[in-house]
Amino acid sequence: MKLARLLFAVPCAALLLAGCASNPAPRGTGDLGLIIERANGQVAVVSHTTRERLATVPGLGDLSHAHVTYSRDGRYGYVFGRDGGLTKVDLLRARIDRRIIQAGNSIGGSISQDGRLVVAQNYDPGGIKVFDADTLEQLSEVPAEYAPGQRAKVVGLADLPGQRFAYALFEAGEIWVTDLSDPRKPRTQRFTAGRQPYDALVTPDGRHFIAGLFGEDGLAMLDIWHKERGVQKILAGYGKGEEALPVYKMPHLRGWAVAGGHAYLPAIGRHEVLVVDTRTWQEVARIPVHSQPVFVMARPDGRQVWVNFAFPDNAKVQVIDTQERRVIDTLEPGRAVLHMEFTPRGEAVWVSSRDDNKVVVYDTETRKPVAELPAAHPSGIFFTSRAVRIGF
Amino acid sequence: MKPPPLLVHVAVLLGAAFAAAYAAAAADPQPTRQRELVSMVRQDCGSCHGLTLAGGLGPALLPHALAEKPVDSMVATVMNGRPGTAMPGWSRFMSEPEAEWVVRELMRGFPAAGEAR
Repeated sequence: MKLARLLFAVPCAALLLAGCASNPAPRGTGDLGLIIERANGQVAVVSHTTRERLATVPGLGDLSHAHVTYSRDGRYGYVFGRDGGLTKVDLLRARIDRRIIQAGNSIGGSISQDGRLVVAQNYDPGGIKVFDADTLEQLSEVPAEYAPGQRAKVVGLADLPGQRFAYALFEAGEIWVTDLSDPRKPRTQRFTAGRQPYDALVTPDGRHFIAGLFGEDGLAMLDIWHKERGVQKILAGYGKGEEALPVYKMPHLRGWAVAGGHAYLPAIGRHEVLVVDTRTWQEVARIPVHSQPVFVMARPDGRQVWVNFAFPDNAKVQVIDTQERRVIDTLEPGRAVLHMEFTPRGEAVWVSSRDDNKVVVYDTETRKPVAELPAAHPSGIFFTSRAVRIGF
Repeated sequence: MKPPPLLVHVAVLLGAAFAAAYAAAAADPQPTRQRELVSMVRQDCGSCHGLTLAGGLGPALLPHALAEKPVDSMVATVMNGRPGTAMPGWSRFMSEPEAEWVVRELMRGFPAAGEAR
């Protein structure tokens, strides 16, 4: 499916992206993205075609651990801030369209299959909230009350086909699946998952929801097509009883980890990437890496997997060749590498270096830097190509 | 020959005063180190506790949240972590006096990024 190529004639006064001509050229959104500049509470609007910052949108509040999900036309980025702010940013006009404070402490969000609902996942008050994607009017909420008076922090929210969302409850050790076919009347199913789920992903086909467990050696997997089978443990005992190393930063999971029939998963408390066959869900390999992985991301063609690392070893990025199942390159993009994002077809990857105030663009074939963009303590990089993927 | 008792007292008192002065100096890291510690707390502790320390996967570290907690046990938590939770020990990255400085600063309201006390 192609991204909608919108033809917006933008008024001159608001025009930041197309230059201030009297009749500005229309432009599409398929090559745009947002970079979180967390120290200043602002986002940069970027083009990954021209590799430049097109505009800056300020006023988004506390953007530590900010996350972005996109409207299906790629025009609006919904930015979830740590402080509970939900800001709808218009990438074409480079301005805030709407902004609300929806919770006290938020961790991210997602958009429904039909693009009409935006759902936020919150730590405080623990639960999810459902908003109209156009107006940000709140339609409903599901408190993560797993026992009377006790609410859990929600992690790993992912959209599923059928206007459904799956997420995990940290304190409860459960996976919940909420059906929002009627967005004002959510219907929720609960599943026992395992100790302290810290994040989760859904496979690109929307079928398998997998939660990483901090409190156990293993991951919890729910087959959405066969929920009646309940949660299955995968990679159980991958640490084989060895004491895990202290974890200074939790890994992140998302559907980018699945490529070529395998899932590449960070081993928590270990210097390893685990490789799982997605037909059998058995471990097929483990690849030693520089330190504890945070993001383990497959290039869109699945031939390479790029890995960054937890504090204090976060100045390096390693590249795994998925055929050879070994590290083929170690890069040093800058201090405190927080995030990476591939262009839609994977010829380049953008890497943020928080402490060197820059984003470095690498050619993934040569693995040489091809561009560098100054940015104020950049963290997440989010391209609009996420708009057309399940689980983003 | 034994020194007169008065001299012993003076020596002990002077020694105690020096020790106290030294301890105070040791407890307060140098400004450069303070800035490093502030950055580490905001950015790396902030991964779980939030950049503003208002909490995340880990609890809030704001003054009102810490007011009732004993300093010793908080220093021990920073140094050694808390088994059974996601809190790791940070003794690889700071000394115990530095951890105590961090705890006391958290209780006062932590300095902003790039600042020392």
